[in-house]
Amino acid sequence: MAEMLSGADMLIRALQDEGVEYLFGYPGGASLHIYDAIFKQQKVEHILVRHEQAATHMADGYARATGRPGVVLVTSGPGATNAITGIATAHMDSTPIVVISGQVPNPQIGTDAFQETDMVGISRPVVKHSFLVREASQIPEVVKKAFYIATTGRPGPVVIDVPKDSTDPGVMFEYRYPREVSLRSYNPTVRGHSGQIRRAVKALLDAERPVIYTGGGVVQGNATEELGELVDKLDYPITNTLMGLGGFPGTDRRFLGMLGMHGTFEANMAMHHADMIFAVGARFDDRVTNDPAKFCPNARIVHLDVDPASISKIIRADVPIVGPADAVLREVNEVLDRSLARKPDAIDREALAAWWNRIRQWRCKHGLDHDQRHRGDSPLLPQQVVQAVYRATSGDAYVTSDVGQHQMFAAQYYKFDRPRRWINSGGLGTMGFGLPAAMGVQFAFPDATVVCITGEGSFMMNMQELSTCMQYALPIKIINLNNAALGMVKQWQDMQYGGRLSHSTYRDALPDFVDLAGSFGHTGFRAGSVKELDEVMSEVFSPEYADKLCLVDACIDPEEHVYPMAIKGGAMNDMVLERQTASP
Amino acid sequence: MSERRIIAVLLENEAGALSRIVGLFAQRNYNIETLTVAPTEDDTLSRLTLTTIGDEDTIEQITKQLNKLIEVFKVVDLTEGDHLEREIMMVKVRAEGLQRAEVKRTADIFRGHIIDVTDNAYTVQLTGPSDKLDGFLRAVGETTVLEAVRSGVSGIGRGDKILSL
Ligand SMILES: Cc1ncc(C[n+]2csc(CCOP(=O)(O)OP(=O)(O)O)c2C)c(N)n1
Ligand SMILES: [Mg+2]
Repeated sequence: MAEMLSGADMLIRALQDEGVEYLFGYPGGASLHIYDAIFKQQKVEHILVRHEQAATHMADGYARATGRPGVVLVTSGPGATNAITGIATAHMDSTPIVVISGQVPNPQIGTDAFQETDMVGISRPVVKHSFLVREASQIPEVVKKAFYIATTGRPGPVVIDVPKDSTDPGVMFEYRYPREVSLRSYNPTVRGHSGQIRRAVKALLDAERPVIYTGGGVVQGNATEELGELVDKLDYPITNTLMGLGGFPGTDRRFLGMLGMHGTFEANMAMHHADMIFAVGARFDDRVTNDPAKFCPNARIVHLDVDPASISKIIRADVPIVGPADAVLREVNEVLDRSLARKPDAIDREALAAWWNRIRQWRCKHGLDHDQRHRGDSPLLPQQVVQAVYRATSGDAYVTSDVGQHQMFAAQYYKFDRPRRWINSGGLGTMGFGLPAAMGVQFAFPDATVVCITGEGSFMMNMQELSTCMQYALPIKIINLNNAALGMVKQWQDMQYGGRLSHSTYRDALPDFVDLAGSFGHTGFRAGSVKELDEVMSEVFSPEYADKLCLVDACIDPEEHVYPMAIKGGAMNDMVLERQTASP
Repeated sequence: MSERRIIAVLLENEAGALSRIVGLFAQRNYNIETLTVAPTEDDTLSRLTLTTIGDEDTIEQITKQLNKLIEVFKVVDLTEGDHLEREIMMVKVRAEGLQRAEVKRTADIFRGHIIDVTDNAYTVQLTGPSDKLDGFLRAVGETTVLEAVRSGVSGIGRGDKILSL
């Protein structure tokens, strides 16, 4: 006979049956029955956060690092609305999270009851799907569906809104967790169209100036191996989007670096001059394409994506392929093998060598070479800090970031050789993401080195989580690239608004970050020069601090800008490469 | 080039499904001219017809984005093939003195039915493609029309092809 459980117990039991390790949450009236159910069990560990937004970023960070869905529990009303930013962040970057929100009891819905908000309505534009539990008996099935939807096809956030009466501890139901789920109106594509795959291979082989351009879809779709194989067979240049870093080894000679607004000169030049672009799990975001009308004028576009709506949305694809990156790339590799076996000279090696020569020239003309600019006692540069972190962690850390200049420096200067190591809010650009995301990663991998490269502005958006870090003893390493400014805003104002720094600085109103860390029981360090930086780095990443959260307040040159930078309204080859000296 | 399109959508007959469709149009700045929705012969399903105006790329995105909604089964752009469209309209028109005969005649020409009568007005019911209803309104003249209510377009493909699960 099936077990009899209350709605609240069924909810937590269903999470157990889904294999959920952690539940990132914050309690309130509407979720109290659920909290009581949590209290009575040990399998799902609840992590008490300090703000619901942070809970969603933790779940998101956990999901990005592990590939498994992150789970959040918030109460109704303000708990639910606080979660929205994190849900939207996960939605833009297609990460699988399940957010359970308390709701006022069914009979009170629509009456403007205390802490009532229409969560399904308010989250609708930023979820993959959502459920309102009308009856407690639906709970097991709804949970099953929610996890299925969140993790399949193009992943994304799913909300389950749970009215309090459906978690009533006094009303029991037969509990049975569905083994399978079928949604007659939801059937994500599991393999690519073989005709299209053959056409794609032909386009790859016919190219003289090819570029492979890959995004978050390769990372999320676990297609790194297949992609590596493809590049090995072809020896074609490859670039990654901000979301795609780590999808291909950052230290590989065929890697051109990141492309786009702050991408490398060589990546953007190669894109612009390519005659064939193979886009995999990338969506031609405006931060990549610059003006779509001027985008890669001579290129045939082969576009592989699991989401058909991403194909030909911004840039029309000549060869569209819908399907999961791993399965399709596997088939591409097979077809390619057969083609090359039949015709070993199918790749025009001469043209390819000439193409690589051009790329090498671009690489020499402008590399990420700030080191030369740095002399003796000039101020500490953010790039140096990122490079020091890279060295100190042997390039093998999980690195989360926030939004701003520091994020771009981290993306440019930390070389990610493995997927799921670089974790940042690319699509929504959510300041405040970095620290909680790092916490989610650290929960998933307690022994891993987890670094959060942040800016003081972003850090202050969720720094209350230092308290959560204290509670759960999370040994995260926070590198605060402190330029005492909303640096990216300031950079735009420097470049486009005649240096009028409208509300982008606050030098005299910043906390002492070293003391701040100390007040939460952590250890703070300060570095204001290269010499100090080296000392601090060797200490922070030494075994002595392996179990401690360390915050490094790196006081960097506030005048540093991120380059290259795309020129607005231009093509991909329109870039500013260095600071323009003020005109007389 | 922008064109009027009739899009048929088969979706789960569930609370909230319609708001996802309407929300999608608002969120992505697609235009909706008319929209009708009702359960089908299978009452677990709803059938929705909407008319919109957009260029080729926009219509492609609209159908793809609609298809992406979890509760949507099928999306068909009826205007891509032979199809039938009907709209129903009830219109209250001024009908006094000599006008009464004139309105009656116009209603007959458009195969309308007078379904309610007062001393001063007729209520006419008309069915047909949207442009026929537009035609009637023009024929009786703006000043004569007191009130008009239209159902929005319903559409179905011609021939043996059917839109079902
Ligand atoms: C929540 C949020 N509000 C505003 C912005 C706009 N914004 C983008 S970068 C930036 C400045 C970030 O400052 P900081 O974290 O110190 O990074 P820096 O650029 O100085 O390295 C701002 C305000 C944003 N991305 N997110
Ligand atoms: Mg800053």
